[in-house]
Amino acid sequence: MSHGPSASGGALVATPPNGAHHDEPHVPVFVGAPRAELDRILSRYPTKQAALLPALWMLQDARGWVSEGGIEEVAGLLAITPAYVKGVVSFYTMYHQHPVGRHFIQVCTTTPCNVCGAEDVVKSLLEHSGCGDLGLTSADGRFTVVEVECLGACGFATPIMINNDFIESVTPESVPRILSELK
Amino acid sequence: MGYPHPSHPRETPILSKYFGDPEARTLAGWRARGGYEALEKALHSDPQDLQTTVKDSGLRGRGGAGFPTGMKWSFMKPDGKTHYLCCNADESEPGTFKDREIMRWTPHGLVEGVALAAHAIYAQTAYIYIRGEFTEPYARVCAAVEEAYAAGILGANAMGSGKHVDVHVHRGAGAYICGEETALMNSLEGRRGNPRIKPPFPAVAGLFGKPTTINNVETLTTVPYIIKHGAEWYKQYGRPDNPKSIGTKLFSVCGNISRPGNYEVALGFPFKDFLYDLCGGPQAGREIKAVIPGGSSVPILTREEAEGAIMDYEGFVASGTMLGSGGVIVFDDRQDMVRQIARLTRFYAHESCAQCTQCREGTAWITRIMERIRDGMGTAEDLDTLVAISDGMSGKTICVLSDSCATPVMSGLKKFRHEFEAKIARNPSMVTVPGAFRASAA
Repeated sequence: MSHGPSASGGALVATPPNGAHHDEPHVPVFVGAPRAELDRILSRYPTKQAALLPALWMLQDARGWVSEGGIEEVAGLLAITPAYVKGVVSFYTMYHQHPVGRHFIQVCTTTPCNVCGAEDVVKSLLEHSGCGDLGLTSADGRFTVVEVECLGACGFATPIMINNDFIESVTPESVPRILSELK
Repeated sequence: MGYPHPSHPRETPILSKYFGDPEARTLAGWRARGGYEALEKALHSDPQDLQTTVKDSGLRGRGGAGFPTGMKWSFMKPDGKTHYLCCNADESEPGTFKDREIMRWTPHGLVEGVALAAHAIYAQTAYIYIRGEFTEPYARVCAAVEEAYAAGILGANAMGSGKHVDVHVHRGAGAYICGEETALMNSLEGRRGNPRIKPPFPAVAGLFGKPTTINNVETLTTVPYIIKHGAEWYKQYGRPDNPKSIGTKLFSVCGNISRPGNYEVALGFPFKDFLYDLCGGPQAGREIKAVIPGGSSVPILTREEAEGAIMDYEGFVASGTMLGSGGVIVFDDRQDMVRQIARLTRFYAHESCAQCTQCREGTAWITRIMERIRDGMGTAEDLDTLVAISDGMSGKTICVLSDSCATPVMSGLKKFRHEFEAKIARNPSMVTVPGAFRASAA
């Protein structure tokens, strides 16, 4: 899914800030309450594999991204191979294959938002977040900004998502205030 | 209603009546508004009768294809096999944001429709697949499902009927293609969201290989009203001379328009009145140049064509386009059509699952050419190449994503060719090749 270039030529998948966290050993996520939650999710489906997307969400929510160690843990729990899980992870744009900034910002620039000035919102976000370019993380680790294809809120151009929060009708002028509220 | 704007007197708000009303989100609030009466009635009815009523109502799928809902349901027989219902809440067609508002404001309306449809197709289990970016709709629907279980509306003895109805909510993770029904099923099964070759169709072998019905959010939310008020009541909505398009439809309006938002009108509404009266027309001092009426995958209309169109399945076809998902994208006279069409092809290039060669290569190739023309580096031959690639991409792949990429290019070339040619004429290398441009453009 990420083979296509982004509208401004930047990377679509966030790149790691200096390879941080990559060499740390994986501490299991699915123990105690999360394990019980996974078991509850598993009961909804006739196959274990169907719980893969929910399990990956739990992993990412706990660790901020989907690491190799996390992939191996999930694969073991669902009785599929790590290679298969990796194939699934890389298909979907919302799983981070590298650590990202504390505030992961997705900006819609698809046509309906584009005709309303979404590219100016991107410029403003890059300027005020200190990220420099799409997909890069700011030096202070606060922000990563990426373009996203159609957020499904076209009547509220330009929508952005900051982690799980949706903000509608963002303008280049409102960007500094939005960012200043994020630690 | 024209959420976020007040309802317009010419709207017919049925599904959108409670948009903007936070009380309608709760179980108590939904019941106070007549909610779950239809489900209770349905759970005590024979599924066959429910299928017949929906068939008689003339309801067609609101996700884009317009397949008759009752007929789709009638493929599901009481054969003793495990059946599944899928609700497609992966709304991601650019220009479309109606399901989002249904789930944000009336999540119980959706849960009621899903449970009703599950019973009608002899299924005990239903899955609502919501796109990953819809965090608020996801939370609202999950809350509604939990409330419904706690109140005994869902579960082993749904509403005291003795029927078993389970509804589960499943979150996607960012992939437009998962709105394609078989890709959605693969994704739900924990796979990459690649569309499947049909046949077998979902009614024979769908989710987990079992007979499956898949319906859109808007379709399923409409069904309780039909069961409650009857097929005849529903048939009053639509134009008298077209019995093929019945009911009301939510249209999402965005782009260069005075009042963007969701509007619900009876099918058969004049598109000109819709654009200028309900939506307020273009922004001050501007003129509408082009309109895409049914989400980014349908052909572009010029202003003149749009002003003559009728808003129903057949009406839009007569104008050379399609109703699609009802996502209306308006472009005004400031917009560069080449630039915007190039942005659309980039969307499809990004979202191609890359299974089929025509799509994987075609969407990327078309995007490279479109962006070259956009940047003033196109050649006259590029226009012929675009036509050839588009032809090679249409009707030849597992799903229609490939066709959807070719559509705005072909309709854009046909209707706004002068904009393509003007950019090509500015290419410095073209100026040195006299005649080449004219020969191709002729």
